Amino acid sequence: MRVSANIHIAAPREAVWANISDPGRVLSFMSGVTRWEIADERRTGLGARYRTVLRIGAAEVGGLIEVVEWVAPAELAWTSVTGLDQRGRWRLREAPGERTQVELRLAYGVAGSGLSGWLAERIAAPSVAGHLRRSLEQLRRMSEHAQLRERAAERRPGR
Amino acid sequence: MPQISVAPGPSRNARHTATVGEPASTASRPSRFARALRAAARQAERVLPRADLDARDPDFIRDRLPSLWLLASLWFRGEVRGLGNIPDAGPILLVGNHSGGNMTPDTIVFTLAFSTYFGVERPFYQLAHNLGVSMPALAQLRRFGTVAATPANARDALDRGAALLVYPGDDHERHRPTSQRNRVDLGQSKGFIRLALDHDVPLVPVVSIGGHETALFLTRGERLARWLALDRLFGLNALPISVALPWGVNVGDLLGHIPLPAKITIEALPPIDLRADFGPDPDPDYVYDHVVRLMQATLDALAGERRLPLIG
Repeated sequence: MRVSANIHIAAPREAVWANISDPGRVLSFMSGVTRWEIADERRTGLGARYRTVLRIGAAEVGGLIEVVEWVAPAELAWTSVTGLDQRGRWRLREAPGERTQVELRLAYGVAGSGLSGWLAERIAAPSVAGHLRRSLEQLRRMSEHAQLRERAAERRPGR
Repeated sequence: MPQISVAPGPSRNARHTATVGEPASTASRPSRFARALRAAARQAERVLPRADLDARDPDFIRDRLPSLWLLASLWFRGEVRGLGNIPDAGPILLVGNHSGGNMTPDTIVFTLAFSTYFGVERPFYQLAHNLGVSMPALAQLRRFGTVAATPANARDALDRGAALLVYPGDDHERHRPTSQRNRVDLGQSKGFIRLALDHDVPLVPVVSIGGHETALFLTRGERLARWLALDRLFGLNALPISVALPWGVNVGDLLGHIPLPAKITIEALPPIDLRADFGPDPDPDYVYDHVVRLMQATLDALAGERRLPLIG
């Protein structure tokens, strides 16, 4: 099952990238994520591994994920190593007016689980899609507030 | 996932079994019929497959996670808290209170939660009555990691670095009357404390509520079980009587029942390091009282959150 969400953020792509690529900030904006810990020596970049948990229905679904694509500041993709099968991707594109178009995709499933797997994926989809939408909204607020603070700091005289 | 669980180590079963071997007066000697039944039970135990740690199958569990998730999310509206309290790796002893008769809905919800949180790759075993895991219809339980509640299996599981879930209260607690639904009753079974000490593993209390609202439990039927010699023949201390779907009056619950869709809430408490908290040679009675008090306080808090039975 694949779900995705889009949003436009009034901030440069680099500023948004700084938020999504920093594992220390993920819990600040990712809805439903209760855990996002660095699981390896590498903190960011290709090959970085994180232990993650996302609440869906009665379960907190977790596992080890690994970053498999890292093209700053445009593409960040991961895939699961253990736990529920999942692939995720951030796509950041420049938009007119110093804005950034952000897309978050998540594909998940349990291979070989038959009809119950098919049904569970579809029943969970609205909840997962809701998490993605709220995550993007929180990312937008976080990135735009940071921009406002930066501009305000620039306007202050003598600093 | 119907499950019959017993505590590791010396238990009420063991006490009953011990009395069988003691010299008995002619008056109390078992009848020829009882001896024949016992011999048949021993024969059946030899023939039936015993649970084996190697029977656990992570791929099988992964395939069944969606079914468990549907059941736990839609039917029981399960909510499991405090999984972050459970150490990420290494052997641990999870000690739970047990509810819901033979259908054990709390075990279903917790097994799902543990397997999705830590991944099916982390070895996780549950101790259960050998009669339960030996039934051909319940063969799938063994692939979930459910093993016979023997001290040897408990030791092996912890030696392998696994998480081990035990229900010391066994059928005594699982079949308690509905009027005692918010009471932790581990039946004075203290084998789990010796197990944790012997293996020097942290003990994590797991408290659940809601499982005992899935039917109306009237009585444990312990006297009936003794009268029918079920305790000596099959290690069953109870022959419960309940009102449950689809049977109406349900005696024994041996065929299980359809649990009512009660909301199940489970909370894992912070781990207890017995030697760090109680000294190098802790008194099992003192530790037992402490664990039960802790679990009861948590159960009281969970009960306080519930507005209505079933609804949660």
